[in-house]
Amino acid sequence: MLVSENWLRELIVADIDTEDLAHQITMAGLEVEAIEELKPEFSKVVIGLVESTDTHPNADKLKLTKVNIGDQVLDIVCGASNVAAGIKVPVALVGAKLANGMKIKKAKVRGEVSFGMLCAEAELGLAVESDGLMLLPAEAQIGQGLADYLQLNDHIIEVSLTPNRGDCLSVLGVARDIAVLNKVDLTPPPSKAVYATIEDQIDVQLNAGDACSRYCGRIVRDVDLSKPTPIWMSERLRRAGVRSLNLVVDITNYVMLELGQPMHAFDLDKLDNGIQVRFARQGEKITLLNDEEVELSIDTMVIADKAKPLAIAGVMGGLDSSVQAGTHHIFFESAFFHPDAIAGRARQYALHTDSSHRFERGVDFELARQAIERATSLLLDITEGKPGPITEVVNEHDLPQRKPISLRLRQIERLLGLNLAPDEIVNILCRLGMDVAVEQDGEWSVTPPSYRFDIEIEADLIEEIARIHGYHHIAPVVMKGALEIKPQTETKISKRQMSQLLADRGYQEAITYSFIAPNIQALINPELSPVELVNPISADMAVMRTSLWPGLIQAASRNLARQQERVRLFESGACYFKEGAYRREQKRVAGIVSGSTLPEQWGTKTTLHDFYDVKSDLEALLSGSKARFVADGHPALHPGQSARVVAISGETIGWLGSLHPQLLQQLDIKAATVFELKLDAVLAHDIASFEPLSRFPANRRDIAVIVDQDISADALLDCARNAAGELLKQVDIFDVYQGEAIDLGRKSVAMGLTLQDFSRTLTDADIERVVADVVSALTNQFSASLRD
Amino acid sequence: MQELDKLVASAKQAIEQSQDLKELEQLRIDYLGKKGSITAQLKQLGKLPAEERPAAGEKINIAKQTVHAGLEQRKTILKTLELERKLASETIDVTLPGRGQHGGSLHPVTQTIERIVSLFASAGFEVAEGPEIEDEQHNFEALNIPANHPARAMHDTFYVDENTVLRTHTSPVQIRVMENNKPPLRIIAPGRVYRCDSDLTHTPMFHQIEGFVVDKDVSFAHLKGLLDQFLCAFFEKELPLRFRPSYFPFTEPSAEVDIACVICEGKGCRVCSHTGWLEIMGCGMIHPNVFNATGIDNDEYAGLAFGLGVERMAMLRYGVNDLRLFFENDVRFLQQFA
Repeated sequence: MLVSENWLRELIVADIDTEDLAHQITMAGLEVEAIEELKPEFSKVVIGLVESTDTHPNADKLKLTKVNIGDQVLDIVCGASNVAAGIKVPVALVGAKLANGMKIKKAKVRGEVSFGMLCAEAELGLAVESDGLMLLPAEAQIGQGLADYLQLNDHIIEVSLTPNRGDCLSVLGVARDIAVLNKVDLTPPPSKAVYATIEDQIDVQLNAGDACSRYCGRIVRDVDLSKPTPIWMSERLRRAGVRSLNLVVDITNYVMLELGQPMHAFDLDKLDNGIQVRFARQGEKITLLNDEEVELSIDTMVIADKAKPLAIAGVMGGLDSSVQAGTHHIFFESAFFHPDAIAGRARQYALHTDSSHRFERGVDFELARQAIERATSLLLDITEGKPGPITEVVNEHDLPQRKPISLRLRQIERLLGLNLAPDEIVNILCRLGMDVAVEQDGEWSVTPPSYRFDIEIEADLIEEIARIHGYHHIAPVVMKGALEIKPQTETKISKRQMSQLLADRGYQEAITYSFIAPNIQALINPELSPVELVNPISADMAVMRTSLWPGLIQAASRNLARQQERVRLFESGACYFKEGAYRREQKRVAGIVSGSTLPEQWGTKTTLHDFYDVKSDLEALLSGSKARFVADGHPALHPGQSARVVAISGETIGWLGSLHPQLLQQLDIKAATVFELKLDAVLAHDIASFEPLSRFPANRRDIAVIVDQDISADALLDCARNAAGELLKQVDIFDVYQGEAIDLGRKSVAMGLTLQDFSRTLTDADIERVVADVVSALTNQFSASLRD
Repeated sequence: MQELDKLVASAKQAIEQSQDLKELEQLRIDYLGKKGSITAQLKQLGKLPAEERPAAGEKINIAKQTVHAGLEQRKTILKTLELERKLASETIDVTLPGRGQHGGSLHPVTQTIERIVSLFASAGFEVAEGPEIEDEQHNFEALNIPANHPARAMHDTFYVDENTVLRTHTSPVQIRVMENNKPPLRIIAPGRVYRCDSDLTHTPMFHQIEGFVVDKDVSFAHLKGLLDQFLCAFFEKELPLRFRPSYFPFTEPSAEVDIACVICEGKGCRVCSHTGWLEIMGCGMIHPNVFNATGIDNDEYAGLAFGLGVERMAMLRYGVNDLRLFFENDVRFLQQFA
């Protein structure tokens, strides 16, 4: 909300400068976002009276004028078409500077001397364009500086209001808070009752229950709408960011800005017998002031006459019944619409108006009459009109209630950690316009004023006390608590440990969006239907991910496109699944690797990474649990290079594999290996359990067997382990070879067997026997032949 | 015997000039070996008269010892020289970079979350998490934000269905913890949150940390003390800060916390819009309606709560000037946080 400092200071007299004022407003919870300094764009311009005009001897379109500027009368040549004797206009004196940069000098215009210039609004920077001289009201004081007269030296304070402070959506509201803070009195805007000069009234019926419990209306006949809005008013509207339309509309806006009461004015001739406040009927339509026709829903409150809706109550008026240049008689409306009845309505029609903004947050329900009086008296001060009496309809029992709230001194102390004298508390509450009654020692009954919609319970009162006392006057206190040791399991490593391990192995952690493009989701997990967003921010962020791969693939490809040849990224986070009517979230960790095994460096040949490089990272990740890798297919992975990761329990905990070549093509990225594991499985960690060390030497024997190429390493190792029995401490594959000297379709696998006994040194015979057992088992099970 | 002196002299000279251990060994053999020239002198002793033999023998022995000592001395020198040569030949360029995998990095958002969580953990806070797809009850209603409340409009909510949203803040974790646990509670809850908003200073997903305490003796003064300590600890400096009245439906009283701008130290700059202050977090005393919604007795307990945006903290801490960088995952950005 934009507040003119000059306007504000008309209501309060406080001895503080602009900066302190802004600070005070901010620290009272009405945050000042910006202060804009207003300065006239001209200098040395005063108010002058054109006393006479004469024709110019040498030019038809120019006039010779005599202009009274108080202490002297100047000869000025003027070319404006609306120059005439008797008008008051801005006069730029010799030495003046205008908004367009023009400097005024004593000059000869077609042979006639001119001591200045009569100005139009555009020349003064008061309008973008203007037609003819700026005409000032008759009461403008001759000789006064124009800047002073128009109060052009001002500050516009931009206040950002939280939704609870609807009471501050007016100059009066902000002034009220400042008065409280500075302990000064408020000078409220004039509120005199206007006497009716005609008897015309309109019948008003309230048929919307508690949605509208007060409605004031007044007819004003024979309004002279040809009178322009006075400059002081249009200036204030302009500074509040409100466009000037016509006198009546401007007055309703002015009253709203001043008092906080949104008003409306109807063209009386367009009303067909009486006013009804009711909810819209099925299928009713209205064309609004913004020239758009909307179909009303039945929970929308309207102002209607006998035949048709005239306005969406509290939101926007209808075009047809609006006050236009040709309007003669008007009907002012000033009503109380309940916040619950307005909240969300404007948005429903994609509208947001100054009126709905205020009603949604709560407008003082005692203000309607005062506002309509203020509007009428402003109107009659400015132009002609015949006011009728105010019609006020009130459903007392439907008006919001301001119930007394019980406030306890000890609760204030407890919640704030602050000791305040009871007198001070009462003083603050009274300054805030609350009714305070003492219930007993240290306990009060407090009733908030009608303009406060945010004070319902004790805590609300305590906040007000803290706010006015000043948060900065509450001294910080360090919390105290019991020193407890909390349980902490060793069967789980922290996410930090896991992430650090990946980082140490050269991965960078990525964070990608949880929502992804549906088509990429369908490529990765075609078997799943993802959780969809009703209102996605864009089509490529429309479904919740069921895998971390899409985000990582996208991140990797973006990096590859930026000349990063080598990418190693990981992410940990949730995936989201639909399960019937429910959704399940599962935390996962995933990675993507593209490019060389190692960064380019001296002394090492750059080799492209493959499946096994990434597998070793997974083995490190899973070192605390004994997972297996089983060849299996996944829609996103190369069918010959993908493994299901299976926990010792048999549960699938994830996948590892090269991205499917088709997918690479579809997503336009380079070869990459990816993995994804359930986070819980990765974090699970067996507690170490010591096994005694043998004091006797270990023996190693190497064997190389030739088997069919589709026999898996796991199968060979399992077979060797089973055949060797207890003496086998370790078995490793140290070479796999295919090619020359090996038949097509076969491979040579070299294994190192480490044998050791706990109680004795093994003899050659022991060792030979175990090796022979292993070889014969491999031969029997896999038709293996020993390689020489 | 003059011959002996000549021999010793020539041996000394030869030793002196020898260039390696092999040559030196040859000299030993030549002079002192079984067939060596000095050894040969000993064999001549027999030819001398008996009375001259002891003196001559002693002389030869001395000559032997002299040559032996010379050999040993030279051997030490040559060994040292040889080692030096060997070492010189083995010298490497220690300025060449090390080989192997380069270290990666954790995301700055992760690092910021961990730093904040560990600061609060040191004061006895425990970590809690909650679902990101959340029902309106937990995301709004239980937090005292009924339907059509103007505060809802500020949230730009993503909907999954009529009553289900992507959580717009981490505050629903408050509700979930309070529903399922008894006070005293000291909880810190980091996580992803979502708002349907995307421009220079907004991303549709970001991270928040929610913290709260529920206990018998908890006041606004404690809230100030706690956040005062936290912010100074996080930025590792004594920071002026101010608590400004604000509004959150789920706290009462509510406050916005500003710190003196860490970029310009309060002098006023672009980052703080020339105010000298940075809005850094929201906080307040837990609203009685929130306690009512979770079955906690308002008269017995009080609660303080606070929430902050992780990316904002990371931007201020590390000087990152564009929010969107956090989610572009450009490795040139990420590796700066190694």
